[in-house]
Amino acid sequence: MIERLDISTQTVSISRRDFLKLSATGLIVFFTTGDLALFTGEVDSAPLPSDFNAFLRIGEKGMVQCFTGKIEMGQGVVTSLAQMLADELDVAFEQIEMVLGDTDLCPYDRGTYGSLTTRSFGPALRQAGAEARAVLLELAAKHLDTAVADLVAERGEIFIRQRPQRRVSYQELTEGTRIEHYVSGTVQPKSPGEFKVMNRARLRSDALEKVTGEAEYAADIRLPDMLCARILRPPAHGATLRTLDTSGAESIPGVRVVHDGELVAVLHEKWDMADIALQRIRATFDEPEPHVDTDSIFAHLLEVAPSPSTLAAGGNLAQGERQSQSVVESTYHDGYVAHAPMEPHTATVHYDGDSATVWPSSQTPFPARDEAARTLGLPAEKVRVISPYLGGGFGGKTRNLQVQEAARLAKLTGKPVQVAWSREDEFFHDSFRPAAVIQIRSGLDKNRYLNFWDYHVYFAGDRGAEQFYDIAHHRTSSHGGIWGVSSGIHPFAVGAWRAPANNTNTFARESQIDIMAAQAGTDPLDFRQSHLQNRSLKGVLTAAAKRFGWKAAPAPSGLGRGIACGVDAGTWVATVAEVEVDKTSGTVRVTRVVCAQDMGLCVNPEGAAIQMEGCITMGLGYALSEEIRFSGGTIHDNNFDTYEIPRFSWLPKIETVIVDNVDSPPQGGGEPAIITMGGAIANAIFDACGARCYRLPMTPTRVKAALAVSG
Amino acid sequence: MNETIRFTLNNTPITITVDRERPLLWVIRHDLALTGTKYGCGQGLCGSCTVLVDGTAVRSCQATVGEVADSEVLTIEGLAAGNDLHPVQQSFVEHDALQCGYCTPGMILQAASLLNRNPTPGRAEIIDTMENNLCRCGAHNRIVRAIEAAAEKLNGGG
Repeated sequence: MIERLDISTQTVSISRRDFLKLSATGLIVFFTTGDLALFTGEVDSAPLPSDFNAFLRIGEKGMVQCFTGKIEMGQGVVTSLAQMLADELDVAFEQIEMVLGDTDLCPYDRGTYGSLTTRSFGPALRQAGAEARAVLLELAAKHLDTAVADLVAERGEIFIRQRPQRRVSYQELTEGTRIEHYVSGTVQPKSPGEFKVMNRARLRSDALEKVTGEAEYAADIRLPDMLCARILRPPAHGATLRTLDTSGAESIPGVRVVHDGELVAVLHEKWDMADIALQRIRATFDEPEPHVDTDSIFAHLLEVAPSPSTLAAGGNLAQGERQSQSVVESTYHDGYVAHAPMEPHTATVHYDGDSATVWPSSQTPFPARDEAARTLGLPAEKVRVISPYLGGGFGGKTRNLQVQEAARLAKLTGKPVQVAWSREDEFFHDSFRPAAVIQIRSGLDKNRYLNFWDYHVYFAGDRGAEQFYDIAHHRTSSHGGIWGVSSGIHPFAVGAWRAPANNTNTFARESQIDIMAAQAGTDPLDFRQSHLQNRSLKGVLTAAAKRFGWKAAPAPSGLGRGIACGVDAGTWVATVAEVEVDKTSGTVRVTRVVCAQDMGLCVNPEGAAIQMEGCITMGLGYALSEEIRFSGGTIHDNNFDTYEIPRFSWLPKIETVIVDNVDSPPQGGGEPAIITMGGAIANAIFDACGARCYRLPMTPTRVKAALAVSG
Repeated sequence: MNETIRFTLNNTPITITVDRERPLLWVIRHDLALTGTKYGCGQGLCGSCTVLVDGTAVRSCQATVGEVADSEVLTIEGLAAGNDLHPVQQSFVEHDALQCGYCTPGMILQAASLLNRNPTPGRAEIIDTMENNLCRCGAHNRIVRAIEAAAEKLNGGG
């Protein structure tokens, strides 16, 4: 429910955003924190700012500024949010100017992650747009001396239906005046039948800037007297500095050396000169004895796991086990995976002693502002974050360590400072997708129907752990999640990685389902369908299988196709992968991927398809090659020579199907299609050659080993 | 040690005084203030920093500025002729062949280099040429289609 607001009782203290609040003319639509119920799914316990925020402003020349605390990192919200607003306001798409991630201008936002922009911010923005349009219609009715019911709004103009020559533009209605409106929740946004811009394919609106090199990223900020910083990193997490000699660095003209506590940095006007200075630093470190590595981590995780919490349960496990003809017990392993965005973490900070401006590569501009404020000892309102384009995020640009570093160095040097991580810094300080173990015990009853499912996930996280099959006796338990795990569990930082937890959980669940289907002697698609009630899930399975041309056969059929399904961010997804396995080398080549997705109302089918393709491509990496190798806190993969991400030659033919469902609310699009890739490929490998892989990534060595086991 | 180096940058002859051993990437980004050329890995592994030197794709993080003396260097900023996009740029826009856009300048210049060398590349040659340009967003298949379409356009088709 949307909280009703009485405009006359609004008492809002004047703080900042002076431009919008005091001097700007036009129609401005605001909301206050009382309206947070507008943002479905975004509310948590974090304290929220009490000042007010503007969604949009219709200003000069009929241009509409749309303010959002979200950022653009490639996922395409710069286009899809503008589509939503254009439709609700009845303006041309081209009239919308997106203002993203500027903490002085945009509504507070926790961050761009969790595929929340469309499903959570979207409805609130549409509400604001619908109300702005209602205000404009009322103004137009007065101006044209008629009733609102007689009016039509179109492309930023309002005219009388019967006399279209009697018209007035949004610009004329708002010019030179200031009209404030607070979101009331009383106006109905448009229904799908009225859409003209939404649910229509539209090319990216930021493409021109990006193909000409004009698009600005955090490292492209240039300020007078700015210094580029390179920071001394220890050879391993947990290592401490023993000796330090910076004389070699200091001998380079123009270099400044900063040593403050554990922070050792060299700064120069030019990044490459700072980098040379860094290489001339002589330092030794005390390194802790490594006690886990790439292979021993799984036993370690089981050892240190806390007691589980039950995420879901039904029936009676013991009874289910008793009734099972046989119980299949499997253990699945998943390693640490890097985000590896093409743009390393960067932040530029300008600090004048009293206030600061920050240009970060961050998925979380408001938390970045708060981090900078804390570091600089300033109140948050004295710090402004301006968000440039992000060169990829995938959940990895949420911690803002580089913002703290740049802010600290700006304060220490009294100069504007840019911290742009090297690729090696990026690998060292990434918050990896956590290594995880999943143990599943499952069984079929005498009718070859699944009736027993005991699922334990260790440290992957809960998202996607709950199964959705019709199983009478089941339990899902989670031992330790992603966040807030105590020290001593992972040897370095872990965090959200595109569809956090769900890739690991879906890989394990969908592999085990395939194993059960094979045990039942049933086609894997039929087996799934016969255990599902959910119409959306059945629908995407059917859609993917139909496009693929799936022919029923129990695995291993030799056809080399595998299927997997799941749900993420409210979106249902099913994927069919087709593979070729070279039995001599163990190399897997994915030749075709068909993915069907039910995401409710799809705002931009083109943008959604691109996100699906991106998920499928990125999914090839965690399925086949990507894994951080390490000994204790020492990370062995620190650049793209050994950490292999998907390349052009790996790409299968990709076909995407978006199930038409315009009458349901829009759901997430940036993550769902990645969750099924591990399972679909694992199942396709089994279907091709009978080898069952239980550990990601499915490298040639592991596929060969699985082949040997399968005989 | 600083010395005077002449080369042509985006069709304009320039003279700069610079240490000839400095990486071309950083001379472009700092001394010449063109930031369309991106740092991605610093080891010539990702292609984000690709520029054209005498029409051929070069990893500017691996080349020194001294090596391009008397050459023609083209960065992403110099590829369009005024407001007219290069066919590869136009094709990237029309095919939505990008997401975050960070690898895009390098991708476009790598493709332009290919079309300079062979105006009618087959799909296998396109994939082979682009293989060492990395994209994390997964625009690969669209990039290949965009390059194919640009080649057609350059050859009078499309």
